[in-house]
Amino acid sequence: MITNDNISEIRLAFPALNQQVNNRQLVYFDNAATTLKPKVVSEAIAGYYNTINSNVHRGVHHLSQQATYAFENARKSVQQFINAGNSNEIIFTKGTTDAINLVAHSFGKKFINEGDEIIISQMEHHANIVPWQTVCEEKGAKLKVIPVTEKGELILDEYENLFTGKTKIVSVTHISNVLGTINPIKKIIETAHKYNVPVMIDGAQGIVHEKIDVQDLDCDFYCFSGHKIYGPMGTGVLYGKEDWLEKLPPYQTGGEMIKNVTFEKTTFNELPFKFEAGTPNVGGAVGLEAALAFVSHTGLDEIFNHEKELLEYGTEKLSEIEGLKIYGTAANKSGVISFLLDGIHQYDAGTILDQLGIAVRTGNHCAQPLIKSLGIQGTVRASFALYNTSEEIDIFAKAILKVKEMLG
Amino acid sequence: MTIKEIGEQIVEEFGLFEDWMDKYNYIIEMGKSLPVIDEKFKTQQYLISGCQSKVWVSAEMKDGKVIFKANSDAIITKGIISLLIRALSNQSPDDIINADLGFLDKIGLKEHLSPTRSNGLTSMIKQMKLYALAFKAKEG
Repeated sequence: MITNDNISEIRLAFPALNQQVNNRQLVYFDNAATTLKPKVVSEAIAGYYNTINSNVHRGVHHLSQQATYAFENARKSVQQFINAGNSNEIIFTKGTTDAINLVAHSFGKKFINEGDEIIISQMEHHANIVPWQTVCEEKGAKLKVIPVTEKGELILDEYENLFTGKTKIVSVTHISNVLGTINPIKKIIETAHKYNVPVMIDGAQGIVHEKIDVQDLDCDFYCFSGHKIYGPMGTGVLYGKEDWLEKLPPYQTGGEMIKNVTFEKTTFNELPFKFEAGTPNVGGAVGLEAALAFVSHTGLDEIFNHEKELLEYGTEKLSEIEGLKIYGTAANKSGVISFLLDGIHQYDAGTILDQLGIAVRTGNHCAQPLIKSLGIQGTVRASFALYNTSEEIDIFAKAILKVKEMLG
Repeated sequence: MTIKEIGEQIVEEFGLFEDWMDKYNYIIEMGKSLPVIDEKFKTQQYLISGCQSKVWVSAEMKDGKVIFKANSDAIITKGIISLLIRALSNQSPDDIINADLGFLDKIGLKEHLSPTRSNGLTSMIKQMKLYALAFKAKEG
């Protein structure tokens, strides 16, 4: 259990927490953008570069084999973390955006034709809109959008109505980065499979707030970024069912991903290497492995319970503030509170909060269609992680009163 | 006054503030007192879209000087705009084109002008200088 007694110990693992911003103790509530990293992550990366640091999969020398071993071990750790059936279903990418681009490009190239349809939702991050839009433009296909209720939940009846004989793929987010809504992805996947349509899940927010079992979910693709689950930036994972990954053409080409190259013809390597052109980010993968180990060691359920308590306490405290409106009130919600203060621009609020040492995100959160549908220009977003405390929420609530006093 | 002199005056004014709150309260007050841009300018044509806040800017030439009017939907952005207008409006195109706005740095508002902040201010300064260039070309 994460309690008031042991939270200080957990916080010690995150050196970045221990700093002053604008002469005040930092309150870091921008975790949905990126989480802070525990020391074990930077130590693992440094350890890799200070000892092994060799290229993978090709050298016969000792260190190259060590690097290959470290990289493939990291792959196995990811496999276990999301319960994939096979480690060759784990592709290392630069992040979620890279993974979605990979699938959109490769799937689009082979399976999307003129007049075909792709289903996404109203609450997608731009990273799960634009790659599909690009495919649609290239192929003359159409994007169809699942609408969202005022509370911020997907309208599932309308989702099912979107399917036609032309639907080729569904790509939706697990958790909304703006509203915190946890989507019923298992149901979404089941529905799509009824129509023999594969599903990609954008797990950028999902990976750190829910236990992921890709086999139980039966999703065809699931992707996430390392940096949102306490791991390094520039790391990410694409899980894909082996059958699908086998069928997809390569995304990028070059070294590592080939079997034989002649000037006449190149044959491609097997999974997962087919999708990992060039020297991979081995140090990053090792760091990600350390982050996943840290999360598992802390305990997924403990983390989720703690964040749920923070969400409940934060919602209660913020709801007491007059003129504050929370956006996103789904029944099933992760540790994100998006809000606006009556008559106060989110940029102004964010600026004053920053002066008070509080890091929040302001703006449209890379989800312009969703923000527009809410009839607003943006929000202030506070998002919680395992190291945050209820005391920080108290500081935050007081700071919001100060914002009101100065700007109201 | 020249742009440089106005900048020095602003730095001196901000030197009086003891803490950040006084400074921001002053910026907020200035934002409130900024002459509101005519509604007819609040259109797409005059909009400089920032990810964080919107800025509208218009310019006209009067007696060899460029007169700027601007507005924003965020009050702090508006306050900073009023500083920029104070320095750059009613100056000659040449002076505007060559203006050094280092005073914003000196009063600790540099972060608001970072391109990553995308509040429209950096684009606004660029736009003001473009207006000046255009007027200069027109005047020949």
